[in-house]
Amino acid sequence: MTAKTLYDKLWDAHLVKQRDDGSALIYIDRHIVHEVTSPQAFEGLRLANRKPWRVDSVLATPDHNVPTTVTERASGVDGIADPVSKIQVQTLDDNCDSFGITEFKINDNRQGIVHVVGPESGACLPGMTVVCGDSHTATNGALGALAHGIGTSEVEHVLATQCLVAKKMNNMLVKVDGKLGKGVTPKDVVLAIIAKIGTAGGNGCAIEFGGQVFRDMSMEGRMTVCNMAIEAGARAGMVAVDDTTIEYVKNRDFAPKGDDWDAAVDVWRDLVSDEGAHFDKVVEIDGAQILPQVSWGTSPEMVVSVLDAVPNPEEESDPVKKTGMERALEYMGLSAGQKITDIHVDRVFIGSCTNSRIEDMRAAAAVVKGRQKANSVKEAIVVPGSGLVKAQAEAEGLDEIFTAAGIQWREPGCSMCLAMNADKLGEGEHCASTSNRNFEGRQGYGGRTHLVSPEMAAAAAIAGHFVDVREF
Amino acid sequence: MKAFTTHTGVAGPMDRANVDTDMIIPKQFLKSIKRSGFGKNCFDELRYLDQGLPDQSCEGRPLNKDFPLNFERYKGASILLTRENFGCGSSREHAPWALEDYGFRAIIAPSYADIFYNNSFKNGLLPVILDEKIVDQLFEEMYAVEGYELTVDLEKCQVITPTGEVFAFELDEFRRHCLLNGLDDIGLTLEDADAIHAYEKKLKEQSPWLFNAIR
Ligand code: SF4
Repeated sequence: MTAKTLYDKLWDAHLVKQRDDGSALIYIDRHIVHEVTSPQAFEGLRLANRKPWRVDSVLATPDHNVPTTVTERASGVDGIADPVSKIQVQTLDDNCDSFGITEFKINDNRQGIVHVVGPESGACLPGMTVVCGDSHTATNGALGALAHGIGTSEVEHVLATQCLVAKKMNNMLVKVDGKLGKGVTPKDVVLAIIAKIGTAGGNGCAIEFGGQVFRDMSMEGRMTVCNMAIEAGARAGMVAVDDTTIEYVKNRDFAPKGDDWDAAVDVWRDLVSDEGAHFDKVVEIDGAQILPQVSWGTSPEMVVSVLDAVPNPEEESDPVKKTGMERALEYMGLSAGQKITDIHVDRVFIGSCTNSRIEDMRAAAAVVKGRQKANSVKEAIVVPGSGLVKAQAEAEGLDEIFTAAGIQWREPGCSMCLAMNADKLGEGEHCASTSNRNFEGRQGYGGRTHLVSPEMAAAAAIAGHFVDVREF
Repeated sequence: MKAFTTHTGVAGPMDRANVDTDMIIPKQFLKSIKRSGFGKNCFDELRYLDQGLPDQSCEGRPLNKDFPLNFERYKGASILLTRENFGCGSSREHAPWALEDYGFRAIIAPSYADIFYNNSFKNGLLPVILDEKIVDQLFEEMYAVEGYELTVDLEKCQVITPTGEVFAFELDEFRRHCLLNGLDDIGLTLEDADAIHAYEKKLKEQSPWLFNAIR
């Protein structure tokens, strides 16, 4: 038998039908739904008089529009101040109720960002195909699953048929060996990868993250990395199953129990790339060389280490890239050669599906402990990824560490990652953000995002500008 | 789904690489629960000088006169010429909805982000891939000639310039077939309902835990 990659195995196991024209029908095990990309899909079902194929495979939760302040959150959907957001959240509730879909509603303590809730609840498991109308669905690949984002027409398609029309992607291996230095986090690893391969580097590929660095990494860290596979151009990212994976899944709410558990673990153990399996593309990075990263521009590939300076477009030979850099510098209000540590921050956001799991909360709290937010920082907020993360963090007293430092502790949701709710940047404001996208206007009209790890964001909140967290 | 066979129209520029979906349709407009009406906010932050709000009429908003698609010569452009990795970022199908509603029927670029590429076909919007050098040439010709019109022929898989120069493009047969005939994906898949049921039955025996209901 030919050696297979992890992606090959997941693909083969879910192939319902290979069509002559190169397309295939892939069976979907888990479908996660949120309020932004689903209303038109449900409407489509209704118009065509169709029913969901398997309601028990679907899990919904509102995340993008939900407010994150305790007051606005207190009275649930009715309390959402923005009328347009309210309609969208209400529409999700209505659709889930009428189609019989399980939903963790706004004030259910299991509610949260879809990509945090999926793995945490055990709804997403190793070996599954997972889809959601959201590009960061790749996060679930950390479980050894084939997980990717889909558009709204596909949401409707999966609801109606339990299948996706897909074409097999190429196999790409990103191998990071060695040992990470102190203060260097999974976020820095994935930013360094994107800096190296570019935002189109993984186009058409499913990326497997392999090597010692990922074997040593926690599940939370692997999720941070897989989350940003999309920023590297890949629809799916994944990590092979090992003891860390299995330990993580064990005893989760929807995880198999008893005999089912044993049988599942047997199957999951094989979710690794075979020795000698073929990858169409391989990129190798030395983990020991990676330093804490900070993005300076308006694309996730515009990243340098905290010790560097803002790069000079004049030194770029590719004319399209050069104009892109010039435009980014103008938008960001930065000049070439400016030291990264000289960039002042106006706001700090710790949260998003990239970095809002318990480990991220702990890491940020460890930096903050016993210190004070700089006066020059207008606002720093920590937004846990789910109600369960929030409860855990509070049980550990992390919320008190933040609030004692003058940093706000919020209710779970996407929040300032994309500013669909009230949490946004003002025009021209610089933000140290643990989210995944630094596009123009992403965190608010005219806002300037710098992508960093939770540790680096916490340190910037204290210092008022970027600092090397290793010396902090 | 809307069919696409052949289309001739004025080409308009979006002369940047890595145009992301937040740029195509900013997030505040994603709050709509409808599929239509996004065209007036397509490229909102580049097109207007003020900040756009959902449910706001765009008539009378200050236009950014430096934004090429606002130039008189590109009025009514229905073919968008752009650079590599167009449509990167989020999976929002609102991006092709906005482009289509604006009036674009086809896009020409050296490459696209995967999800955007896929979403476009579902909305009768044809993303054509041409070599970077050819795209460069088309940009030059478009800038040089006012009212520059291209023809995109999906039947023959060709882009034809005003001088009659022909560039062939490729795309996979399934997508081409569906778009040419305006086929409904779901209906097509449901023709294979038996295969799906058979697969499900086998899977349930092998891995029953995959069917544990979410409650
Ligand atoms: S946290 Fe940000 S990136 Fe993640 S799902 Fe929410 S909006 Fe998208």
